[in-house]
Amino acid sequence: MAKIPDIVPLGTEGYLVRFADKLDDVANRAVISFAAAVEAADMAGVREVSTALASVFVRFDIEQVSRVDLVAALSTLLASRDWLHSAEVEQPRLWRVPTLFGGVAGPQLKEAAGLAGVSEEVAVRELSQTRVRVLALGFAPGQPYLGMLPEHWDIGRLTGLTPQVPAGALVVAVRQFVLFANPSPTGWRQVGLTKISLFDINAPQPFALRSGDELMFEAVSEHDFALLETDIMGGATLEEPV
Amino acid sequence: MALLTVLQAGPNTTLQDLGREGFLKYGLSRGGAMDRLAVLEAAALLGGGLDMAAIETPTGLRASVDTAQRVALTGAPMRAEIDGRALGWNATHLLMPGEVLTIRPSGQGVYGYVAFGGGFDVPRKLGSVAAHLGARLGQALVAGDGLKLGDDSNLAAPAQFLRPESRFSGGAVRMVTGPQTAHYSAERFERFAKTRFRKSGQANRQAALLEHDGESFDAENALGVVSDVIVPGDIQMSGAGEPYVLMAECQTIGGYPRIGAIIPQDLPIVAQASQGCELWFEVVSLAEADALYAPDKDVLRRIRDKTKPLVRSPHDIANLLSYQLISGVVAGDEE
Repeated sequence: MAKIPDIVPLGTEGYLVRFADKLDDVANRAVISFAAAVEAADMAGVREVSTALASVFVRFDIEQVSRVDLVAALSTLLASRDWLHSAEVEQPRLWRVPTLFGGVAGPQLKEAAGLAGVSEEVAVRELSQTRVRVLALGFAPGQPYLGMLPEHWDIGRLTGLTPQVPAGALVVAVRQFVLFANPSPTGWRQVGLTKISLFDINAPQPFALRSGDELMFEAVSEHDFALLETDIMGGATLEEPV
Repeated sequence: MALLTVLQAGPNTTLQDLGREGFLKYGLSRGGAMDRLAVLEAAALLGGGLDMAAIETPTGLRASVDTAQRVALTGAPMRAEIDGRALGWNATHLLMPGEVLTIRPSGQGVYGYVAFGGGFDVPRKLGSVAAHLGARLGQALVAGDGLKLGDDSNLAAPAQFLRPESRFSGGAVRMVTGPQTAHYSAERFERFAKTRFRKSGQANRQAALLEHDGESFDAENALGVVSDVIVPGDIQMSGAGEPYVLMAECQTIGGYPRIGAIIPQDLPIVAQASQGCELWFEVVSLAEADALYAPDKDVLRRIRDKTKPLVRSPHDIANLLSYQLISGVVAGDEE
C-alpha cells in the first residue's frame, strides 16, 4: 500500500496529494484544508488547485517551477501540520436549502428509508437535520458530493439506473448525497427535491458552492416549496462564518 | 462590426478557443478546441494571439459574412469552397460579403476549424467563448445563427499557408504512467503497451473509446478505486476493461481506474483520428515528456515561423478579373 499522505504525479501537468485510498470523512477534511493552504501559500508556478474526495490536485506550469521544487514546496507544507488529525478547522459557510422530501419529489424515499432501517418520518428528520459537507464538486459544474450521513445510511446504489432525475434532485447512497445541477440519469435513490441553482454562468458568483461548505436540507411543506418558484436560489440562504 | 451568418451547420459544430482554466475545483473542465494545435495554426495564419477562437466542426458548415474577412481553414483537411471555387486547406482566403463559404468533411481527420481575421466579438463567459456542451454552457451552432465578428483590419495581408504537423491518421501517441498504473499487473500493462487500438465510433468531446482485438484490460481491485481527479488525456478503463481516452470536455472527477495519461501534445492525434484509425501507445518518462513540452505561446511562435505567403498561380484563380486587386496594394514600408 502506498504511503499516506503521498505526492504523486498525475498526467504531465500536475501532482496529486493523496490523503486516503478510500472515502473517509477525516481524510476529506484534510483534503479541503490542505487545498486551501496550497492556495493561500501562493506557491510559484501553481496554476490551480482542485480537490476530489480523498486527494488534492495541484496543476503547475513547468516553465515557472521545476518538479523538484514544486514537490519540495508541497512536502514542506504537508509536513508543517498533521493534516489528518489537525484541530485547526476553519469555520465553514452554512447553506440552508429548503427541500421537499418524499412523494413525487422523493419517489424512492420509502425504499431508501427501508434500507437504512428507519421509518419515512425518521428518515426525513435525519436527512434534513444532518449538517453535510461538500466533499467535492464534480461530475457536472457546481454539483456537490455531500457527506457524511449517519452510518446506517451506508446504503447501496440501485442495480439499474433511473433514466432521469430533474435538476435540484437530492439523491442518496453510501452515506452521501448528490444534489443534481442538471437533469441526469442516476443509480442513487431520489429522496427529495430542491430549487437551488448550483451553476449560473451569468451570476456574479457562477458557482454557488465550494468544497468545505456545509448544507442542511431543511424539510418544507409542498405549499411552501411551491412559493419558492420565484426565488433565484430556491430559497437557499447562506450564513458566512463570523 | 461584421456579422457571420451560419447558413448550415452539421451536428456538433461549436465555437471554440483554448478553453477556460481555473475552474476544476468547481467541477468545470477546461474544454476548448479538441485540436488545440488547429486553433494556434489559425492564430498564426491570421496574425492573432492566444485568444483566437474558431468554429470547430466535425460535420461541415456553410456561412457568409456581411463585411469582407480573411478566413483561415485549419485542422482536419476538409473540402472547402467559396461560391464553387475550391480553396486550399491550412491557408487563409478572402471571403467577400454575399459569398458563401462551404466546407465538408473529406474523411481524413475529424475536426475542421474556421477562423476569421476580425475575430469573434462575442461575450466571454469565465474568460472564454468556447461552448462546453457537457457543462450546458453555450450551444451548438445551427442554421440562422448570427455571430458578431470584429472588423478585419488586415484585409490586405497576403494570403498565408502552412504545412501542418501531421496528426490526421492516427499513429503512435505518447503516454506517461500515473497514480493508478499500479492497479495493472506488469504483464497486463505490457500487453496494453503493445496493443494496436482502433478509434471507435463512440467518440465525442468528452471521451473516445478505443477498440482492440483480444482480451480486455481489467484492473485488479478496480472497484476499490476512490473517485479521483481526472485530466484530459487520461486513459480510463471502463468496468469492462475497455480504454476510453478522456478529451477536452471530460468530467473533473471519476471513479474508474486510469492506466496512464497521454501527453497533451499528442492529444490532437487522438481527437483527429477518424473511426477505424489505428492508435497505439508509446510509454515515455516524465522527464522525456517535460523535454517535449512547449507552452502555447512558444508553439504559436513556432507555427508562425512556418507560415508562408501563398503564391497563387493565375491559372488557379478562375475569376481573376473579379478580384479587386487594388485593395491589396500597400505602401511598401510596412513591417
